[in-house]
Amino acid sequence: MNENVKKKREPLNDTQLLMTITICIFIVMYLLAMALLKGGFLHAQQIFDLLNDNASLIIVSCGLTVVMIGGGIDISVGAVTSLVVMSCILYLNKGGNVLLALMLALGIGLAFGLVHGFLISYLEIQPFIVTLAGMFFARGMTTILSVNPQKVDHEGFETLRNTKIEIPWLGYVAKNGNLVPARMELGVVIAFFCIIVVFVILMFHRLGRNFYAMGGNQQSALMLGINVKKTRFLSYIISGLLSGISGFVLMMHTGAGNATNAAGMEMNAIASSIIGGTLLTGGVGNVAGTFFGTMTLTTIKKIVVSSGLKDPWWQSITTGGMLCFFILLQSIVLGKRQKKKKA
Amino acid sequence: MKENLKKMPKGGLGQLTIPVIAVALLVIFNLIRDPGFFSISITHNNYGNAVLAGNLISIINGASELAILAIGMTLVTAATKGQDISVGAAAAIAGSVFVKVLKSGADITGGTVILAFICACIVAMIFGAFNGTLVAVFNIQPMIATLILYTCGRSIAYWINGGATPTVTSPIINAIGSFAPGIPIPMPVIIVIVVAILFKLLFHFTSLEILTQSVGINQSAARLNGINTTFIKLLSFILLGCCVSVAGIIGVSRLGLINHETLLLDVEMDAILAVAIGGNSLGGGKFKISGSIIGAYVIQMLTITLYAMKVSSTDVKAYKAIVIVLLVVIGSPVVKERFEKLMKKRKALLKGGEKA
Amino acid sequence: MQERALLEMRGIKKRFPGVRALHNVDFTLRKGEIHALMGENGAGKSTLIKILTGVYQMDEGNVYVDGEAVAIHSPQDAQNTGISTVYQEITLCPNLTVAENMFIGREGGAFVNQKEYRKRADEQLQNLGIPARGAQMLGSCSLAVQQMVAIARAVDMQCKVLILDEPTSSLDDKEVNMLFGLMRDLKSKGVGIIFVTHFLEQVYEVSDRITVLRNGELVGEYLTEDLPQVQLVAKMMGKSLDELSDLEEIGSREAVAGEVFYEAEGLASEETNPFNFSIRKGEVNGFTGLLGSGRSESVRAIFGADKVTGGKVNINGKEVKISRPIDAMKSGIGYLAEDRKRDGIIADLSVRENIILALQVMNGFFKPISRSESEAFADEYIKALKIKTASSETPVGSLSGGNQQKVILARWLLTHPDYLILDEPTRGIDVGTKLEIQKLVLQLAKEGVSVTFISSEVEEMLRTCSRLIVMRDRHIVGELKGQDLNQAQVMKTIAGGEAE
Repeated sequence: MNENVKKKREPLNDTQLLMTITICIFIVMYLLAMALLKGGFLHAQQIFDLLNDNASLIIVSCGLTVVMIGGGIDISVGAVTSLVVMSCILYLNKGGNVLLALMLALGIGLAFGLVHGFLISYLEIQPFIVTLAGMFFARGMTTILSVNPQKVDHEGFETLRNTKIEIPWLGYVAKNGNLVPARMELGVVIAFFCIIVVFVILMFHRLGRNFYAMGGNQQSALMLGINVKKTRFLSYIISGLLSGISGFVLMMHTGAGNATNAAGMEMNAIASSIIGGTLLTGGVGNVAGTFFGTMTLTTIKKIVVSSGLKDPWWQSITTGGMLCFFILLQSIVLGKRQKKKKA
Repeated sequence: MKENLKKMPKGGLGQLTIPVIAVALLVIFNLIRDPGFFSISITHNNYGNAVLAGNLISIINGASELAILAIGMTLVTAATKGQDISVGAAAAIAGSVFVKVLKSGADITGGTVILAFICACIVAMIFGAFNGTLVAVFNIQPMIATLILYTCGRSIAYWINGGATPTVTSPIINAIGSFAPGIPIPMPVIIVIVVAILFKLLFHFTSLEILTQSVGINQSAARLNGINTTFIKLLSFILLGCCVSVAGIIGVSRLGLINHETLLLDVEMDAILAVAIGGNSLGGGKFKISGSIIGAYVIQMLTITLYAMKVSSTDVKAYKAIVIVLLVVIGSPVVKERFEKLMKKRKALLKGGEKA
Repeated sequence: MQERALLEMRGIKKRFPGVRALHNVDFTLRKGEIHALMGENGAGKSTLIKILTGVYQMDEGNVYVDGEAVAIHSPQDAQNTGISTVYQEITLCPNLTVAENMFIGREGGAFVNQKEYRKRADEQLQNLGIPARGAQMLGSCSLAVQQMVAIARAVDMQCKVLILDEPTSSLDDKEVNMLFGLMRDLKSKGVGIIFVTHFLEQVYEVSDRITVLRNGELVGEYLTEDLPQVQLVAKMMGKSLDELSDLEEIGSREAVAGEVFYEAEGLASEETNPFNFSIRKGEVNGFTGLLGSGRSESVRAIFGADKVTGGKVNINGKEVKISRPIDAMKSGIGYLAEDRKRDGIIADLSVRENIILALQVMNGFFKPISRSESEAFADEYIKALKIKTASSETPVGSLSGGNQQKVILARWLLTHPDYLILDEPTRGIDVGTKLEIQKLVLQLAKEGVSVTFISSEVEEMLRTCSRLIVMRDRHIVGELKGQDLNQAQVMKTIAGGEAE
């Protein structure tokens, strides 16, 4: 009997199911955009543009996904990103060194992660409040550093910033007959690197599995011998570090910073994670899903703009509508599964 | 009342310990810094009314919207174990509707203001019901469900008034936003008192309190005791909708215009904070409205104190964050436990010393 | 018999605010024995177990494993010293696979080899005869299987000491037997097993030795064969067994010939098949059957707790529609749910608020019960049911299980129901309270209240019910009354008539 049982394929678990739905919707949506809107959507560059513009969002969403899988929340990510941008620019403009600027970015992210993690896991304060305070602090510090917009004026950094990876075979022939290769910024490479590292940690490292266990049932995780406090602490460290990296990537993308940098990024990151199939209750989710979540979210925005609805408020209304759709879809799909399970 | 006090846990004030300590600390700090900080004077405003002025008044006045939102937020938190992050956006919608209705008539009379208020209130309640439906019927976590309206609410507000930021000038609106003739107390403060009393009456004449707490603590058990959990959750969001519309209207009346982008910006975070500072668990269940209201005043007092210390309005957030962290750290059960242990040890040492 | 002590606990003391939970308790576990830890609720069993597993820290005392003093500060420490625990509530993660649940949180490399895990898990599960696969999500297994996975985990960790804290309360007889087989197997391998349960028969079936606690103090350690069941109960309760015999006298009930109060025809919910059922005024009847036979689901359907999908219901001869709990309550039905923690108590609310809750809901939204009124109600029932609580304002979650159950009983009694459904009111509570509850049921019936009583201990039902409805696989397979009300007949009907 057991022989038979073994051969049976396991059904998709919640994480995989939600992720699959997102990926399918993303592909269908993109194909529709290609068919109906044509224009830029027919070029591979469009995807690279999306990636270039949103590399930092992808990175923070990864960090947030880790925290959310562990059953927590971190709403400071956007503010930390913004603070990192501002501090690095000021440092570089004082004649700093690019490598040290990267260290500074990581240091700021790590510092926030450490404080958040300590307060949340060892002093058992509600994560929402702690990271809200972190968000206030980072935003406040950004304006204390500089109220005025800043632009990077640093040769070494400019070289790095302008380094783009060209992929000729994905390019297209412009009207004047020249081949325009597809261009990808370094930030995208960093983003992919982050996704892969986080993915490997989540799926194969013991720490990652502990995140899932903790998010699934904290009490059980404790009883199973997992050091829940340390695990939770580390989830915020990861999120903090990724916020730091995200800040550096955002700076490489924009080359400038101001006090409202990355405004609303935390909510975009939460939305990306949710669309990608992460549940705020914890224990369910995956960074690969988050990546597609970010892509879905940003593609929708792009589609709205390309369809001629230039007013910025259309973007947020369609984003809201889409969020509503995904959230309801998840709720219905998961609800149906639970019923099935019972029966 | 005395009996009630007796029954409280040994912390003395129970849940209210932290907000009361916070108020006390802020008061003492300000008095040391500037003994005249809380002095109240009587001045005459542009309309020739004798009105009260001073830091204390501006604190109590300025916290009005926040206090009202905190009341509704407390209920939502208690019933649904989550928070509504769309209150700022919903307030912008309510404010826009209010202005739209006012502008549609020829002139602004008491009647049109009431009509406009009712319209704004209904619209806010409808949006509350939308959030509530997602949470109560579809079992979506409140923060996620309200993320939708948070994302697009201000855009809807923009659409209501066609993208403009119309102004309304009328003595009535001015009276709502600042002072009514003959009354030296700011109108928003009076509105807060009225709303608080209304909620007090609501709790007195209905069983909302115990039902809400039951749903928040153990939904399954609540349902098996015949409680309509869907209704209770929905109701909490609709009541929050009422609060939102009142807060939105105060906000609009203060400025005499509706700016969909800046009206009550970021207020959702402050409102949630007020609930938490008030000693209410953000995980739902037992709650105390009074705590949340004090929480709102703590936040405002902190802000005004920082302004008085010449901290620029953009930088305030950073200092606020530090104070918040200090407050929650003091309130953290872990820290309390450690502290109590330390005190015990000290006592034991002292006793030992006496004996010797 | 090996007499070497595997685990020794000496002079254990533990205080909670206002309560002396354990006072100078000694406990000894030898290699290869099954040692039952007995006591009423609040006797200190759970506290002792939790100290041993690192959930609580003791105030004073020493723990020795294999003669060496050990300090256990966390569940990990316990695991590392070879102490594994399987709790009554499943403490595994439903969102992970069975295999991962067996291997997570244990020593090992930084990276996780899922394939290896699955292979080892499948082997171990097959060895133990547990019907689960390593690759399966734990959440998709039944509760009983989840419990077994927890045991498989402990076995795989080659623990020296295995603590089973009420492992059988959610298992049916077949599964219990499987578990006992497993326990004997482990015993023969030299594992020391601490077995906590409320089922006395099970203690006598598997255990070698019994330690009894009462009020946080050690009563004594006995060999199972030297301690008759009656004496054990007496030691646990600290009083003679007059009360037990009292009940026997009240028992052996005749069928009641009152009018029919409740009658259902073809009643069905999402969880049950259509069934017919009726109860007379002043009658006590019961549903029996194995776990999962549909006995709880049937009463849930009567109360409208699950979505009702069809059927006709008459109360006092009038047709009524019951689709939600509130409908049932308004028709005079009260329902004490099977799972006290999940469906019964509102843990953070006070005893007073918990008692008035159902009445408040019935009174309606706009008629709140005043403070003074509710205090009077609470005091009345605290006295009447002898609920042990510091005050009526104590959060009900801090009470012991038996007292929590009494609070919920008080809640329903306060609504003065005509028909009270009690689903496992005696589960997980001490013997004394069990008797009190059974007495109360009979008392209520005398007053004309209809009661449906469900218990997984058949004797309890035989003692109280005048009619038993037997269920198997979600169908009613028989109805027993009068002469047929005996253990053998019940077992036979449950098993399907083929068994002896």
